[in-house]
Amino acid sequence: MTTSTDPTVVGFPRRTPEEPLPLSQYASHREQNGLVLSHLPNGVPIWLVTRHEDVRAVLTHPKISANPDNEGFPNVGETMGVPKQDQIPGWFVGLDSPEHDRFRKVLIPEFTVRRVRELRPAIERTVDERIDAMLAAGDHADLISEFALPVPSLVISSLLGVPPADRDFFESRTRTLVAIRTSTDEERATATRELLRYINRLIAIKEKWPGDDLISRLLATGQLTSVELSGVLLLLLIAGHETTANNIGLGVVTLLGNRQWIGNERLVEELLRLHSVADMVALRVAVDDVEIAGQLIRKGEGIVPLLAAANHDTEVFGCPHAFDPERSERRHVAFGYGVHQCLGQNLVRVEMEIAYRKLFERIPTLELAVPLDELAFKYDGILFGLHELPVRW
Amino acid sequence: MRVTVDSERCVGAGQCALNAPEVFDQDEDGIVVLLVREPREADAEGVRAAGDLCPSGSVTVHED
Repeated sequence: MTTSTDPTVVGFPRRTPEEPLPLSQYASHREQNGLVLSHLPNGVPIWLVTRHEDVRAVLTHPKISANPDNEGFPNVGETMGVPKQDQIPGWFVGLDSPEHDRFRKVLIPEFTVRRVRELRPAIERTVDERIDAMLAAGDHADLISEFALPVPSLVISSLLGVPPADRDFFESRTRTLVAIRTSTDEERATATRELLRYINRLIAIKEKWPGDDLISRLLATGQLTSVELSGVLLLLLIAGHETTANNIGLGVVTLLGNRQWIGNERLVEELLRLHSVADMVALRVAVDDVEIAGQLIRKGEGIVPLLAAANHDTEVFGCPHAFDPERSERRHVAFGYGVHQCLGQNLVRVEMEIAYRKLFERIPTLELAVPLDELAFKYDGILFGLHELPVRW
Repeated sequence: MRVTVDSERCVGAGQCALNAPEVFDQDEDGIVVLLVREPREADAEGVRAAGDLCPSGSVTVHED
C-alpha cells in the first residue's frame, strides 16, 4: 500500500461571519492530498476528506463504517448540539449493510419519486396556508419561525399521521429539539424522551385504528418491531425538519439577490449544492486499513467526508461559489452518497420548489428587513443555516 | 447507448426516475425498473446524469 507524505494537521473547519459559504480553506486542502488531519471540537482526531471523488469513494467504501459502535468512531458529542441517539433501535443511519438495508427497504416505498409527487397538492396547501398566515399577521415576519420551519414540520406531521389536536405538543417538542441555540442539552434530551413516549402512544393508536398514513402502512408490513418503528419515526422527524428549514431559509436569501432565476427548473439543485447545509454530518470510521487518494487510513481512525468541500471542488464545478442554476454539472453530494444517501431527498426537493415558487409569486415585494451582514447564521451547529430571517413586504 | 441496472444494489434514491423518467421507473418497493434498454438520443443526457448520480452504483451506462 502506498502512502503519501505526512499529512498536514489543520483546525476543525467552521464557517465564520467572514465566510458563510464553504470555506476557502477547503481549496488548499484539496490542492494538497485532499485528505488532511484535524480534530473534532472535543479533541478526537479525524481525517477530513475534501475532494469530490474522494468523498464519494469514502461514502461507498465497504471497509468504512457509519456505525458509532465501532472503535474510533468520531462521536461529535454534545458540543455540536444534536442529542446522541446511537442506542435507539431503528436509528438506521448508524447501521451498516446488511442491517441498515432492512430499514431502508421498508421505508423506500414512502419516499419514491411517484409517492412524493402524490404529496404535492397537500404540500402546496400547507405552503399557501403559511403564507396566508404571514400576510394576515402584518407586513413583516421571521421567515424561519413562520415559514421555513413550519412547512417541513406540517408536511412530516401529516405524512406520519399526527392527529391535528396533538400538533402543538408535537411541534413544541420538535422545536426544542431543533432550536440548537436556544435550548440546552438537557432540554433537548427531555424533548427526545417526550417525543419517543408520544410516538409510542401514536403507534399503539395506529395499531388499533389504522389510517391512511406512514405509521399505519409501516405497521401493516409487519417488518419492524414497535421499538424499531419508534426509532425510525424519531429519525424521520428530526432529519426532516432542520435540514429542510435551513435549505429553505438560505435559499430565500440567495434568491432575493438573484430574482432573475426564480422559476428556473434547476434552481433547487443548485441551491442544495451551493449551501451544502449538512457539510460534516456524514461521520465514518475505517474498520480495516484502507487507502483513499493514496493516503493510508488505519483501522479505527475517524473520517469526516466534507460534503460542502466536495460540492465546491473546482475539478467538478466551475466557479463553485457562484450561484448558477444553468451549470451543466449535476453531481452534488448535498444529500450524501452511497446507501445512506438521504431517504427524504425527493420530498425535500418538492418542498423547496413549492416554497420558493409560492413565496415569490404571492409576495413579490418580499425583501430582507435587515442588512445582509446582520443575518444570524448558524456558525456553531452541525448544520448550517439561519437562526432568524427577518423579512418584510 | 445501452443501460443495465442491478436491482439488488438499488437503495431507492430515485435519481434515475427523476432525471430520465422515460427510461427508468421505481416499482412499488421503490426499486429501479428499466423501461428502455437502448435509450433515444433525446434521453441521453438524463440517462448519463442518472448513471452518475445513482448513489449505489445500480445504474450502468454503456456508451457503445
